[in-house]
Amino acid sequence: MLLKTPFHDRVEALNQTQLWNHWAGHLVVDKYQMSEKFEYFAIRNSAGFFDTSPLYKYRFSGRDVESYLAGVLARDIRRCRPGQAQYTIWCDDRGFVLEDGVILRLGPDDFLLTTAEPNFAYFQRLVGRYQVEIEDVSTEYAGFALQGPRSRKILSALAPEVEDLAYFHLTPAKIAGTPVTISRTGFTGDLGYEVWIPSDGGLAVWDAIVAAGAGQGMIPFGQIALLMARIEAGLLLINVDFESSRFAFNDEHRSTPLELGLGWMFKDLAEGDRNFIGARAIRAEMANGSSRWKLMGLVVDYQEYDRLYQGAGLVPPKDHTPVHGDMMVYGDDGTRVGYATSFSYSPMLQRHIALARVRPDLAKVGTRVNLEFTVNHRYVQVGAHVARLPLYNPERKTA
Amino acid sequence: MTNSYDAIVIGGGHNGLTNGAYLAKAGLRTLILERRHLVGGAAITEELHPGFQFTTFSYALSLLRPDIIHELELTKHGFMPLLMPSTFAPMENGDYLLMGQDRNENLREIARHSSHDADAYEQYDHDMTMVIQAVKPLFDKVPPNVFGKSPEDLMEMAELAQHLRGLESRVMHNLVRLITGSVADFLDDYFESDIIKGWIASSGIIGSKVGPMSQGSGLVLLFHNMGEHDGSFGSWAFHKGGNGGFTQVLARAAQSFGAEIRLDSTVSHVITRDGKAMGVALDDGTEFRAGIVVSAADPRRTFMEFVDPRELPSDLVDSIERYRFQGVSSKVNFALDGLPTFPTLEGGDHFRGFTNIGPSLEYIERAFDEAKYGWYSTRPYIDGAIQSTIDPDMAPPGKHVMSCFVQYTPYHLARSDWDTEREQMADQVQATLESFFPGFGSLVLHREVVTPLDIERVAGLPEGNIFHGELFGPQMFFFRPAPGWSQYRTPIEGYYQCGSGTHPGGCVTGGPARLASRQILKDLDARRS
Repeated sequence: MLLKTPFHDRVEALNQTQLWNHWAGHLVVDKYQMSEKFEYFAIRNSAGFFDTSPLYKYRFSGRDVESYLAGVLARDIRRCRPGQAQYTIWCDDRGFVLEDGVILRLGPDDFLLTTAEPNFAYFQRLVGRYQVEIEDVSTEYAGFALQGPRSRKILSALAPEVEDLAYFHLTPAKIAGTPVTISRTGFTGDLGYEVWIPSDGGLAVWDAIVAAGAGQGMIPFGQIALLMARIEAGLLLINVDFESSRFAFNDEHRSTPLELGLGWMFKDLAEGDRNFIGARAIRAEMANGSSRWKLMGLVVDYQEYDRLYQGAGLVPPKDHTPVHGDMMVYGDDGTRVGYATSFSYSPMLQRHIALARVRPDLAKVGTRVNLEFTVNHRYVQVGAHVARLPLYNPERKTA
Repeated sequence: MTNSYDAIVIGGGHNGLTNGAYLAKAGLRTLILERRHLVGGAAITEELHPGFQFTTFSYALSLLRPDIIHELELTKHGFMPLLMPSTFAPMENGDYLLMGQDRNENLREIARHSSHDADAYEQYDHDMTMVIQAVKPLFDKVPPNVFGKSPEDLMEMAELAQHLRGLESRVMHNLVRLITGSVADFLDDYFESDIIKGWIASSGIIGSKVGPMSQGSGLVLLFHNMGEHDGSFGSWAFHKGGNGGFTQVLARAAQSFGAEIRLDSTVSHVITRDGKAMGVALDDGTEFRAGIVVSAADPRRTFMEFVDPRELPSDLVDSIERYRFQGVSSKVNFALDGLPTFPTLEGGDHFRGFTNIGPSLEYIERAFDEAKYGWYSTRPYIDGAIQSTIDPDMAPPGKHVMSCFVQYTPYHLARSDWDTEREQMADQVQATLESFFPGFGSLVLHREVVTPLDIERVAGLPEGNIFHGELFGPQMFFFRPAPGWSQYRTPIEGYYQCGSGTHPGGCVTGGPARLASRQILKDLDARRS
């Protein structure tokens, strides 16, 4: 049965389109108003809020929890101090990525992991002799994401702790009498926060934040605006930009962290003492340079794009809706040198952009490649250049 | 020598800044001279009431040439066009036309007024887009010199002829109907509903001394539809921080390429010797040397004030003397204590774009009637924009700024002058708003009134014409600003023009500046080789 999030009554009242989508078994909104673009601009210009409750949430605790997680997660959890958060991944023993998530360290031996897909059995199977307890708290917490340049101002009026909260840090706070955890995290690549609320206090906290945002240009945003923002921000989406190695049918559908551009998680891997699932394979991949791809940003040549359409007598479409699916990337000699998995028009950059895997030798900023799509029902290629992620990265995100 | 540059641009409005940025990007040591204490010209944002940001003159963005965004890397410097989710056209009987973002919802809204006009609107929109596509390449090109005899001139004329020959007959015919005809005639061919016609016709009179029934208003309509955002023609946006926010972006871009901007620098004249530009002199006697001087000012100042008309061919002087400015627009801007109320609509979402007070062709034409005889409209046409609904940084929470573009207010009044009539005119604007939005007056915290005379005095636009000269046939394309002088050069070697008085014309397009910079750099290359 489809679930409703703890905010559903409010979400439903705001959903002008009355269109619904499903995410992790919950009813969710694609766009609250007729055009997602205005929701997108709220994220970049003022503030937008998003119901992030459907995420799976697992609580890890117990005496051995740090060493357990250090062996399970591919990013070094020991560097995540209490009061901090990490974007992390977990891999299989062949060094392929299983899934990703954000983990909050609530206390020395207390972690909360949020992730898009169910992973409870996977984590539990690895507990072994460790003294670790894992609890599925998915429905116990509502998640309220407040993102955008005004998010700090709005939220700090209710929770002054937010004023000085650093990027990927978290703090306990009280909003509308409800104890909450606020993390400076999000999926938009902008200044933003996520408020984790005991489900039964969800509506009161929602109402308090919405009231605090009145007159500040704060509006709710749906999945589409979120996906536009996340492509600009270079944030990966499971089952779009990568698949879990657990459920892949062959290695073409598997990716290593290095291939996904997550090599920054392993800077000290070669000389350090880290031992986690997949570490040996990742070390070998680093040493041998055996990565097949590297995920980078692509920025489409706007003049070529316009010329292609104008030459065909068409108005060049600058569609704001993200396109999820393979688009081929070719070299000038016609050989396939990669593929894009997410494509979108970026209103902030005024360009078409993509997240794409390219051959590692081409993964240099400025390398020219050709992206394939169709014009007048024929395959055509348009020039694009390789760019570093994130493609849009405002200073305020981390400042 | 510190006062020596490669190029000097006179005027720090959007075209001056754009031109200066292009020249600096090409490696020229470039100085931009601005008369006022801030850049932006007629595209400025000022805090005239504490916490309220006013767009004193120009207030929205549409026609900016997309190439400029990319070539000057404006997104790096904060370029942020905030699109308008809706357009609202209230009617005098309490009904309204409210256009939003969803095609089908819009068609239903039109059908509410006329079943006929719903698919007629689709046809109109498609026909218009076809015309825009046909004109766009000419919009973004240096006009050919139809009076020139050089091989290059002949080739450019041949290219133009070829382009026009490539158009479908229906597109070509619509193009000519628009360029030569009236908005009223054009719209009557598609629509039956007054509100639809009034709403569209408004774009055919903005900034121009024409009514919707005047021949020539079709051209103004076409011109205003040449704008685009993200591939959508005719769409409009508020730039973050108002249009002053946009010119700040341009200034940062220009400076990032190395251009120097000097404020409070009123240019007295261009220094010439033997028919060549040598630099400029300021009012205070300061001189700057440069072999390239570019005027972003209007044609009158460019040819009649900055240089001695006696140095110019008399044909050119004649053309500039009869060049038509005849401004008819004013601004009345408000700081509001809250959103206005429209009795038949709840909430405020209908104010998230233009509010168009021009409910029928007749309403607008009657407003024009008074202007013909040298007086301002009793019930004016108003293009309102409550920018703070889209950009919360424009006003304190819960409060709003409302920009009102007003027509008709002719520069030359028959029986009085603008210093006498200023407040009376604004009162009539406010009374008109009150008739649509009861209680409007009680929301007003502050009012800024900008008459054509103020536009001329403050922004320097002759007769307050917002386009540096009317947009009509004899002043467009290869006639803008004068026959034979449409390619940004002047009879004085090294002295160029890049203002809205050159092709493609007014509005915040940056097109004149971009095309002028190409011409300047081309001439420079030719001189060097």
